[in-house]
Amino acid sequence: MPHIEVRDVSLAYDTPSGRVQGVDGVSFDIDQSEFLCLVGPSGCGKSTLLNIIAGFLAPTGGEIRIGGARVTGHGMDRGVVFQDFAQLFPWRTALGNVMFGLEMKGVGKEEREKIALNQLKLVKLEKFVRSYPHHLSGGMQQRVAIARALAYNPAVLLMDEPFAALDALTRDDMQRLLADVWRETRKTVVYVTHNVAEAVYLADRVVVMTPHPGRVKSEVAISLARPRDPLSIEFLEYQKQLLHQLGQAAA
Amino acid sequence: MTPAFTRIRSARRAIITLLLAAAVYEAAARSGYFAPALLPTIPTIATTLFGMLADGTMLWHAGYTLYRVLFGFALSIVVGLPLGIMMARFQPVERFLLPLVSALMPIPSFALVPLFMLWFGIGNLTTIMIVFYAATFPVLFNTWTGVRSVNPLWLRAAGAMGADEHRLFWKVIIPGASPFIITGLRQAFLRCWIAVVGAEMIAASDWGLGWVIFDAKEFLNADIMMASLAVIGGIGFVFERLVFGSLERATVMRWGMMRMAKG
Repeated sequence: MPHIEVRDVSLAYDTPSGRVQGVDGVSFDIDQSEFLCLVGPSGCGKSTLLNIIAGFLAPTGGEIRIGGARVTGHGMDRGVVFQDFAQLFPWRTALGNVMFGLEMKGVGKEEREKIALNQLKLVKLEKFVRSYPHHLSGGMQQRVAIARALAYNPAVLLMDEPFAALDALTRDDMQRLLADVWRETRKTVVYVTHNVAEAVYLADRVVVMTPHPGRVKSEVAISLARPRDPLSIEFLEYQKQLLHQLGQAAA
Repeated sequence: MTPAFTRIRSARRAIITLLLAAAVYEAAARSGYFAPALLPTIPTIATTLFGMLADGTMLWHAGYTLYRVLFGFALSIVVGLPLGIMMARFQPVERFLLPLVSALMPIPSFALVPLFMLWFGIGNLTTIMIVFYAATFPVLFNTWTGVRSVNPLWLRAAGAMGADEHRLFWKVIIPGASPFIITGLRQAFLRCWIAVVGAEMIAASDWGLGWVIFDAKEFLNADIMMASLAVIGGIGFVFERLVFGSLERATVMRWGMMRMAKG
């Protein structure tokens, strides 16, 4: 059985210029421990779909099932990382942020500090556990956000363009780090991006979406060995293939 | 730069500002253009002040005033904070209270003193109620604004991590709204001082800084007025800089939610 089932999911909403079909009859499966990227131009409904999987939005049609159970709202089986650095709580240190979910779960103080420290070590921030977010760079803040989303051990990690606001060099580092984190934790990941190279670097499989209405255009499995070399011929071939799909989408 | 060093420097700057203002005043008082009884020199004021401090009367006056301010201020927090939060969280509460707040807020507290005197008599109760009235609206208004301006991403993130309503409130909304809440407390405290002095002039008897000032006019004692004003300014300064300043440094500034001015 697939870990996550997206079944004929639609979401329509009203705007001043009429009803818009943000997501229209989208279906696909995600396997246990699979890294899936949703790629598409802005307006294709990829972030909306992620928010539906997260349970922040209710679909107007279809359903999401995780581990066979229908999603009706947000839950601790999913960790979420947003694009905006401001997602961290400024009044909590890096450690305090990472401990939040464990606190909600009712884990004891010593235990949650130990777990949070390990999570921060995983994202290579062990030197900054006592720092407040405003003293951390954008890349560090996003690493704290990843550690925070993983700390209470959800089975699924949902990421909405987490590195889109970072500079190119930092983004490369973060992608490598995320690939390592995923290899170590083996979470099921749904990762939204509009960056094709990022998708080829990270994903087992890429779902390409097209806008107006938001639909699945195609699925591309990336069968490259890890760690991947972004300058290899095969890597560039995949990139070309995805760009081609997206180019057709724009035409 | 270390925080201690910055603090010493900021204290030094404050002293320079105050000394300059004092020098201008002193020059005016000694210029001969004004009657000494109306514009007493600083040494005269200082002598009066120390005399009143030494015999304890000034301490009693200040004590009474401070008691009324702190009592009224505490009441305004107890009432304004929860109401502001509820207004921001529950639409029916907001719909019900907002017109009331909009209508009551512009009424100067001073204008209510005669009415409150009829209701509560002369003395502590009236002045405390006036202070309470003056301080409640800034607390309520800023809390209301603060809670509404909490970043929705924090709520979403906390919700995803399993925070229920109760913990969302204490662990996200309150700290998230704290820059506004602290600003509200600060404004409220200032209003307390303004209100208490006015209220004491009319509605207090025998004790209180406002009462001393008003009483001194009967005997043309400008030095007593000035001495009392200095005490009001002094206490206000201490609260503003030490209490609220420290509160800000320990919370919103440390968290980077509010910054010091550059340069």
